[in-house]
Amino acid sequence: MIVAILDVVVAGLLLGGIYALISVGLSLQYGVARVFNVAHGEFMMLGALSTWSLNQAFGMNPIIAMAICGPVAFVIGYVLHRTLFKRLRRISPSIGAFEGSSMLASFGLLFIIQNVANLIWGTQTKAYTFMAYPVSILGALFAANRLVTLAFAVAFGIVFYLFLVRTRLGKAIRAAAQDPSTAALMGVNINQVLALCFGFGALMAGLGGLLVSMSYPMQTTMGLEYTIITIIVVALGGMGSIPGSFIGGFLLGLIGSIVTKIEPGLSLAAYYVLFMVLLWIKPTGIMGK
Amino acid sequence: MNARMNRKSLYSWGSAVLLVLLLALLPIYGAPYTVILVTSIIMYAALTVSWVVFSGPTGNVSLAPAAFMGIGIYTAASLGKFLPLPLVILVAAAGSLCLALVVGALTLRLKGLYFSIFTFGLVLLLRQLVLWYEVRFTHTRGRFVVVIDNTTIFYVMLAIFVVLLITAHLLRQSKYGAALEAIGEDEEAAAHAGVNVTAMKTITFGVSALFMGATGAIMATKWTYIDPYIAFDPFFSFMPVLMAVFGGMATFVGPIIGAAVFGLLEELLLTQFPFYYMLMFGIILVVAITYLPNGLTGLVMKWRKGGRTESHANP
Amino acid sequence: MRILEGKKLTKFFGGLAAVSEVDFGVDQGEIVGLIGPNGAGKTTLFNLISGAIIPDSGVLEFKGQKLTGLKAHLVCRAGVARTFQSVRIFPNMSVIGNVSLGGVFGTKTGMSSPAAVVAAEELLDFVGLAGASTTRAGDLTLAHQKRLEVARALATQPEVMLLDELIAGLNLTEAGEVMGLITRIRGRGITILMIEHVMKAIMSICNRIIVLHHGEKIAEGSPAEITSNETVIKIYLGK
Repeated sequence: MIVAILDVVVAGLLLGGIYALISVGLSLQYGVARVFNVAHGEFMMLGALSTWSLNQAFGMNPIIAMAICGPVAFVIGYVLHRTLFKRLRRISPSIGAFEGSSMLASFGLLFIIQNVANLIWGTQTKAYTFMAYPVSILGALFAANRLVTLAFAVAFGIVFYLFLVRTRLGKAIRAAAQDPSTAALMGVNINQVLALCFGFGALMAGLGGLLVSMSYPMQTTMGLEYTIITIIVVALGGMGSIPGSFIGGFLLGLIGSIVTKIEPGLSLAAYYVLFMVLLWIKPTGIMGK
Repeated sequence: MNARMNRKSLYSWGSAVLLVLLLALLPIYGAPYTVILVTSIIMYAALTVSWVVFSGPTGNVSLAPAAFMGIGIYTAASLGKFLPLPLVILVAAAGSLCLALVVGALTLRLKGLYFSIFTFGLVLLLRQLVLWYEVRFTHTRGRFVVVIDNTTIFYVMLAIFVVLLITAHLLRQSKYGAALEAIGEDEEAAAHAGVNVTAMKTITFGVSALFMGATGAIMATKWTYIDPYIAFDPFFSFMPVLMAVFGGMATFVGPIIGAAVFGLLEELLLTQFPFYYMLMFGIILVVAITYLPNGLTGLVMKWRKGGRTESHANP
Repeated sequence: MRILEGKKLTKFFGGLAAVSEVDFGVDQGEIVGLIGPNGAGKTTLFNLISGAIIPDSGVLEFKGQKLTGLKAHLVCRAGVARTFQSVRIFPNMSVIGNVSLGGVFGTKTGMSSPAAVVAAEELLDFVGLAGASTTRAGDLTLAHQKRLEVARALATQPEVMLLDELIAGLNLTEAGEVMGLITRIRGRGITILMIEHVMKAIMSICNRIIVLHHGEKIAEGSPAEITSNETVIKIYLGK
């Protein structure tokens, strides 16, 4: 009995860790940079499949691959913002207009990225094995790779939290999240910060994909479902609240794990029910303002 | 003023009737391939115009067309063997209407963003639910659809589209059209002028959905085999939005033009560059948004009720 | 006869009480002024009455029937109309379209569109906007937009009108005209509750004045009583 519960809880935390990481990324992009990035999951997919390629081509260990995938994802996100989204921001007459046009632009990115991915990797499902041996904790068996996934997801979360709270740049980001115009008046280089946020968002998505690739199979169409789940998490946690997204991610992971145990194949339905319930009770989200 | 209006509306009504007549005769003088292509375009036009019926005036961006389309497709697949075609279409429309009323009642009282988020994932949610149901209870993965000849499909699709256009036009010209516009300009002010905002939005959303369901039901007969992944395809949610945004939403002609352009473009890209067409769509979209913002200000300003820039003729 | 009444109305935003245990009453045919420094809770009180927000506690009654918790469109149809501090007309609709919308949807039993247009034309004449029927509402001057908002509210055939800072932002001539308009509205049998900062207007046309401060009602009485009230003088002249 205890084992069964532990099983579900740990599985939930594993799933939740990935959701949490990717959701924090989206929260940075939407909450701070105000880009409703429907292509977020595609960055995750790119992270997953690039890791697969590195593994296939060089036999590279995904943990090592983090050093490549992370920075690359960051740079792509940063450049995208500095070119596309900054321009959209400049030409949009209002924040509302910018949110609309950036959402549409991210649709375009979704098509582009998925098609490019199809050209590179094809549409078949891919997988590789990494630390796929079982580890025993308190009598329950867990795959080592999933434990590593959880460890890294939590580690990234902590590192990022410290970054936000302890460093100058982190504080600038938090200021920009609260009130971009005032932050700009106080000397924060807003364009830079927003682009960095977008870059960090892409970084987290990419790393999230990498973590997923360690234990799950992947295909070029995997992104959209994660995007939807992440959007629900961000809404659940309170729009623009980074800690809210982090907690929300774990919460959703736990719920998904419980539901999968009871009736596999209904996890999305469960997330939606939770979403509806929350919107009914507290439309601003768990930690919303 | 009245005489000028009458001449102008006579002109547009006249051309509309003429166009419908020309289209109705298409299977007689046109090649079979053309009939199939035009059927596709009319399908896109129907999805786009239905989408505009709700999301145009209110500014609430619905990303649900694929969900309602999917319901229509599955209705056709499940009931096509047992019921005559007209009934299948009616049931599909009714099913979509019901889902839309439920979704509307739940989410239209909230901020517009939550509505968009909810509808965005709806297609994947339904896909997962239908898959679960089929695997669990009916033990099938996909279904075969009753085959119908292309000419019948064309006429049914055309008929649905004509009914849709008439409905959309009547709605826009009616007091409900004015109410929807007011809701789009300032929801709270509209409520204070006596408009039951939630009810209006929900019913309009329902009307928009039922046409999408009907469209799905007839288009399903083109594919002989469907499964949840084919029926619930997010692409059908994105396309109407793009087509409406490109074509413009002040009139219903705009979305039709947008649909025609995209329908032809898709056909061209699919035949010439089958592996690149999503890529090219995406590039066109990004380039257009970045360099032609005026075509998009209509939708985009509505997104957060910033007010529309197009002016409106009014009673 | 008491036409509009509020008892112990309270509304919290976060930890702050925007409106706290406010009792008020308006008799039919009165023009009642609602004044107080910025942030006193005046617009919040209006929002509570009009159904824009729901009170945390307290009761609202209109002609004896319960108004508390009713949605805005139902409050409007019951007979309570309002204007907004930041003029909220429908900018892309025509002037007559704005007003007739109120007639079609906001009256107790609703109106047909043609009848609403006829009524709207009379109202445009009443507020002094005749001749601007087909103008795009957003193209009007601020002063004219305010009148449009009044016309739209009147189109809903209210018995009580809540006017939120109608005179603010107008020059002396315009202000005088609006004051005349308010009196003429009362002349049509409509009871008025108005928020205003322009003291001259309040003192000259109001029968009674209610003073709010930090969400609480601190004084109530005739203009003469209020101008000589020590507490009121203190809050307006600062500590």
